[in-house]
Amino acid sequence: MFPFNFEWIWDMSHLVFMGGLWFALTILGLGMAYCIIKAVIDTAQGKGGGHH
Amino acid sequence: MDDALFPKGVKRCPLPEFLMKLGPVVALLIWGVVAMLMCWIKGLNQTNMNDAYGFAAWIWADLTVIALGGGAFFTGFLRYLIGKEKLKNIINFAVLIGFICYSSALLILAIDIGQPLRGWFIFWHANVHSMLTEVAFCLTCYFGVLTIEYLPLVLENRQIDRVPFFHNLTHHMHEVMPLFAATGAFLSFFHQGSLGGVAGVLFGRPFAFREGLFIWPWTFFLFTWSAAAYGPCFTIMLAKITEKVTGKRLIKDDVYDLLAKIAGWMMATYIVAKIIDTWYWATVTAPARGMTFMQFYSNNPLYGIWILILEIVIGGVIPAAILLTRKGRNTPFALMTAVVLGVIGVCVNRWVMVLQTLAVPVLPFEGWPMYYPSWQEVATTLLPVAYGIILVAFSYRYLPVFPQEAELNPIVSEPAAPPAPAPDTDAEPADAELSPAQA
Amino acid sequence: MKHEQAKKYGMVIDLDKCTGCGACMVACMAENNVPFKEDETNKLDSITWMRVYQLTNGKPFPDTDICYLPRPCMHCEGDHGHSPCVSVCPATATDYSMDTGIVSQIYTRCFGCRYCMAACPYHARYFNWWDPVWPNGMEKYLNPNVSPRMRGVVEKCSFCYHRYQLAKDRAFMEGRRELEEEEYQTACTQACPAGAIVFGDLNNKTHRVHQIVQPDPAHAGRPKNPKAFRLLERLGTNPKVYYLSSREWVRRSGDHYLPHEGPGGGH
Repeated sequence: MFPFNFEWIWDMSHLVFMGGLWFALTILGLGMAYCIIKAVIDTAQGKGGGHH
Repeated sequence: MDDALFPKGVKRCPLPEFLMKLGPVVALLIWGVVAMLMCWIKGLNQTNMNDAYGFAAWIWADLTVIALGGGAFFTGFLRYLIGKEKLKNIINFAVLIGFICYSSALLILAIDIGQPLRGWFIFWHANVHSMLTEVAFCLTCYFGVLTIEYLPLVLENRQIDRVPFFHNLTHHMHEVMPLFAATGAFLSFFHQGSLGGVAGVLFGRPFAFREGLFIWPWTFFLFTWSAAAYGPCFTIMLAKITEKVTGKRLIKDDVYDLLAKIAGWMMATYIVAKIIDTWYWATVTAPARGMTFMQFYSNNPLYGIWILILEIVIGGVIPAAILLTRKGRNTPFALMTAVVLGVIGVCVNRWVMVLQTLAVPVLPFEGWPMYYPSWQEVATTLLPVAYGIILVAFSYRYLPVFPQEAELNPIVSEPAAPPAPAPDTDAEPADAELSPAQA
Repeated sequence: MKHEQAKKYGMVIDLDKCTGCGACMVACMAENNVPFKEDETNKLDSITWMRVYQLTNGKPFPDTDICYLPRPCMHCEGDHGHSPCVSVCPATATDYSMDTGIVSQIYTRCFGCRYCMAACPYHARYFNWWDPVWPNGMEKYLNPNVSPRMRGVVEKCSFCYHRYQLAKDRAFMEGRRELEEEEYQTACTQACPAGAIVFGDLNNKTHRVHQIVQPDPAHAGRPKNPKAFRLLERLGTNPKVYYLSSREWVRRSGDHYLPHEGPGGGH
């Protein structure tokens, strides 16, 4: 899973497979981080309140 | 009692009645939990699996719920990436079903492995050449996506939504949802396929083995395709059942029609591909290994040619034919028949790819080992069903799962009733005001 | 060690000599601390790294003929180490050694998904459905060189790999790199009273196993000896266990054939 695992090999299979995995995780992580940060900012600015 | 938690403009039964009705389901859940604990504490000797059936009911259940849960990724794909806006009225439900299916699959896997505490080895010591590794990674990631997709729905609960932070978070999550849905679709295309690859790469098992493209056997593509075809059928089937149980119409017919039509086309093309695949396997792949087609379907008490007919004709050709016709889609009985047959078809497909694969004797001097699940296996397989019913029930009661519910079921007694109902129209314009959270 | 030529340990079992006595099975269980149940009648969940099958030609008396076929792990090489089980293990808990040709099983890393068992067409892999329970006092007689396995993991024949390690250690202490043929032999080979099992390095022309089998490297190790065959040759598993028989029906029992293929029709 990580390059420091002893069975890790720097070959195409690992790069493609783990690259895809970390890419997906990064998108999800950044996406959620964006949502949370924006929500915190909006809340601080007094937006929202459940009445739409 | 709990009225304040209900979504706006909808009616729900009293809480005691609701809880009473869930009683039998909770009993089923407890039975399943007991069996699960027995498997964890006493080990897999509690099952009827053996060295001939290393994979059995659980792996079948896993493959099946993931295929059936495919409705979530495919509906999301259609809604967010292809732009089928109409599907926003069923996407919440599809996501909910997907969430249940995938969490169930993970739970079953956690019971199924011999050393559950070492489950993380599949990530830590990953063998990137194994289809199962790919399944584990994508399945876990996609479960994360489904959680992200389900979360806004939970936050849209009337009381939670009053909290400004949650309201804002929901808003922004909807904004980014196409990105999450795209990631989910990407992950799903791979893990659905890899589940097919799990069987397809077994070159020691002539019943399952298939040639393919690069590292992917044909079953890889067939599984993704079938999940996209049959997953929406399961979503439609459960939505219809939910309508029956609640005694309400929850989704407009045009939404069903669109999803059923797409599922029909996917199913029709899939079943053609499946027939070609079966034909090639029966005439080229298996004979190259010295085995005749009928060897896989004879000399045993269960697996006859009937199972192939059930899977391909009854569970594939017939439902596809029904779903491809407007009349079929618009006749409630025909639609229900089609989606039920479709669900049976995909269940049978997953069954044969797991169980029959192992049942077919490969050493010429061995016979067909037969298997039936122990009660612990049955109970743990039903556990997700019970859990699913409970989660659907609670979600339906407290969350705005069905954006069209209020419009289709106006509360007449209230003085300030919503605008005039339009129960049977295919009109779209009313949607925006009905579903603020979805907008 | 780097300059050593790669080994390819394999086995040839003469089915004409095998009497089906089961000494190989007993020796294997004792050598490898294979656990057993109080009641061993259900063979589908008991562990037999080495299992003796009884084959019959299916003909009525007086033409009836039987043959006993011992089946260890085949240590398949597949296509360049792509053996059926190794390629599927998600946690890299089983490995094909390019140095010895032995398929290993790392018990402490296996988490019991049993995918390898589904992949193995020979049923050579076994799952520990129970924790091993030894009769009182028997713990003292367990082989200290082989770790017992816990519940929930898969195990299989290792070609007595611990014996290879011991032999290597001894050779190293004596300043040698290479092992003599008799220095590394499996327990079943030594236990067979009929001398039906021959074990050695298939790459080494001086080893008996090589001389008997005459593996053809151009055809994935297929035997040139017309009496020799491998189980399920057509699947492409490329096993390293060979069988010998002078009887045509026995040789044909090792694989599937279509009705029009070869004498006597299919099975």
